[in-house]
Amino acid sequence: MKKLLLTVTAVAIGMTGVGLYASPETDQAAFVNYFTKKFPDTPKEDFVNGVYSIDAASREQWIEIEEFPPYELAIDAGEEEWNTAFANGKGYVDCFGEPGVRGNYPYWDESRKEVITLELAINECREANGEKPLKYKRGKIADISAYMAYASRGEPINVEIPNDEALAAYERGKEFYYRKRGQLNFSCFDCHGGGAGNLVRADKLSPAYGHTSHFPVYRSKWGGMGTLHRRFGGCNGQVRAKSFKAQGPEYRELEYFLTYMSNGLDYNGPGARK
Amino acid sequence: MRKKMTVIKRLGKLLAVPLLMGTMIAAPSYADNAMVEKGKKVAFDRKKGNCLACHMIADGTLPGNQGPALIAMKARFPDPAVLKAQISNPLEKNPNSIMPPFGLHNILSEEEIDAIVEYLLTL
Repeated sequence: MKKLLLTVTAVAIGMTGVGLYASPETDQAAFVNYFTKKFPDTPKEDFVNGVYSIDAASREQWIEIEEFPPYELAIDAGEEEWNTAFANGKGYVDCFGEPGVRGNYPYWDESRKEVITLELAINECREANGEKPLKYKRGKIADISAYMAYASRGEPINVEIPNDEALAAYERGKEFYYRKRGQLNFSCFDCHGGGAGNLVRADKLSPAYGHTSHFPVYRSKWGGMGTLHRRFGGCNGQVRAKSFKAQGPEYRELEYFLTYMSNGLDYNGPGARK
Repeated sequence: MRKKMTVIKRLGKLLAVPLLMGTMIAAPSYADNAMVEKGKKVAFDRKKGNCLACHMIADGTLPGNQGPALIAMKARFPDPAVLKAQISNPLEKNPNSIMPPFGLHNILSEEEIDAIVEYLLTL
């Protein structure tokens, strides 16, 4: 009897172990499966279109908006900025080579041991060339990011987790994603996973799969462009939580996890949203 | 006791429709009740209960559908204390509940929750 008990305990511990250390690949397969099952009529590649991939009525309006996209001015401004030399005569091209590199971000930097996002790289390029860094949520940084995203449309999302330290950053991002927070006590997944497709008053909640593909976005509610981290901060505020700093480690690791979940889809930014 | 509760609950479900009609008839006598009026105000206030964000309520416009429709409340919650507990801290019954813990997180005062309970029981 004692032996049997030991065996049962050992098996139980073994099983718990499997649960605790699910690999990112397993996580992603389950994540994709969750959304494709929940929205069987949505073709997989269409999830990059957010709520419009699951809501026929607002999709029509959105398609009309896309005929004269509100983010076009930002792309033009970003292109001009890209082509304007820094005071030292150099430019973004000397850092990035070409604008169509959205697909390389976010990535784990092995020497710095942190997640590097496109917006962070844009500011580090500026600072390396003696320019002042830009504010991270809106304005010029969203323009440059929009221009680069536009030049990268169709690039596959392919976030890599090269080692255990990167895995730890991914796990922290995942933990952030599923943790309930704020006075209203919502996790990201509460609304954009379990609640995706449901209505909050008249607004349909968008599915998380494909969420980071189309940033930066022109958001009608903002009346302008904003970066992904501006949106993260807005979401945290809406659940009455204190938002974190744009491009701080929390949001960069959240971006790392969330973008990994959309691996296999294509980048399609910049986007237009309600 | 447990068994008795279950029977009452089942009975409650069976009686939901006739009871609903009953409460509708009874509604006018509640209408001038200050507590009910206060409860409705708090329930509809976007900065307070904001119940319509997720629940359909008879005379509310543009309700969400995250949670169940708030109908036949007296039949579904024969014990007001159970309804109050669900509003105060839904996590007790279901730790994954998406419903905000209005009492636990001080979103509403106890007085406001009591008023909402009074109002909901008229639905």
